[in-house]
Amino acid sequence: MADSDIKAMTAQIPGVDFEETSFTNPVSLNEATVAIVTSAALHHPDDEEFTMLDIGYRVLESSKHDYVLRHWSPNFDPTGFALDINTVFPIDRLQELADQNVIGKVAKQHLSYAGNQFDLSSIQLDSGPSGAQFLKDQGVDVVLLTPV
Amino acid sequence: MSTLAHIFEAAGMATIVFGSIKEQVESTSPPRALCCDFPLGRPLGEPQNPEFQHRVLESAFQLLEAEEPTIKEYDVSIPDTADEILACPLPPRYDPDLHPALDEVRGLRPAYDRAIEKYGNRIGMGRTVDLENLEEAITALIKITEGTPWKEAGIPGFPSRVSQDIRGYYETAVLELSENAPKAWAGTRWFFNNTETGKLLMSARQTMADSGANQPIWFYMAPGDS
Repeated sequence: MADSDIKAMTAQIPGVDFEETSFTNPVSLNEATVAIVTSAALHHPDDEEFTMLDIGYRVLESSKHDYVLRHWSPNFDPTGFALDINTVFPIDRLQELADQNVIGKVAKQHLSYAGNQFDLSSIQLDSGPSGAQFLKDQGVDVVLLTPV
Repeated sequence: MSTLAHIFEAAGMATIVFGSIKEQVESTSPPRALCCDFPLGRPLGEPQNPEFQHRVLESAFQLLEAEEPTIKEYDVSIPDTADEILACPLPPRYDPDLHPALDEVRGLRPAYDRAIEKYGNRIGMGRTVDLENLEEAITALIKITEGTPWKEAGIPGFPSRVSQDIRGYYETAVLELSENAPKAWAGTRWFFNNTETGKLLMSARQTMADSGANQPIWFYMAPGDS
């Protein structure tokens, strides 16, 4: 039971083939609104649990810290998140950077998906664009994507 | 993560993927990625180490200066050599008439409660098993190892979720049992290799596999390399 064995086992899992890599030039970092999007299946206890093939997302508020990690995969170490949510969801670190004017501001809302999906086409066509619009609507410029 | 990065970038936002598996990142060609050789589950590296996390973030934000798609390797690794041993005291047997796993789970309750008080229930129970039916879930595993078909053993939910809840109980308790914050995977290895319930769970998983249960039913009850 070792990290290197799990990584070797999952290294070849295919992703979606995009013909071109989209590329957006960002605004200056000290003016940017930054959001976190995680595939760790985090959600607030009051929100709906992720089902096994759940391609949807849950909204994470900057103002809350009492999130639960409910990923369906057993193939990662959960104790880092248990000790410190910033290990997966670096919300306090971003706020510190905003306080230092390194980044413009932290988005008020962030997104969480369940990364244990094999059929990525539904995310590509449905919940991915929907999440993008959600973030655009609150003026997000830069997105940090964190897995587990 | 790379799929979402492509979509968000096309919508006009700059993205930075944190990747722990370099091959996966490279094969999915995200617009910007920082490959960090950190343990799975710890994309920012070290818990409770803000300085370390800030250095990782600084390196990630530097990618925004790139003028074309870029994948960069972070220059610090946190290798897991699978030799991290937790010296956690397990509770002594209290009731010799009880199955050792049930006795153990009762003995760990104070540590679990202290950890919940200190950290909150971030990875613990609540998917399909909670404190009310924890012993029922373990009793079902005992029955499976004793020959009861798994569908008739009274397992209170999808086996992988039941397993995650039981594992969560132990990996939460270990936060208060270990003298130092456990290294990545150390709590998992301690649970599956050293505890009565971990060994019981692996035995039940093997029994289910041997009985011909569908592979997804039993396989995800433990990490895939188990």
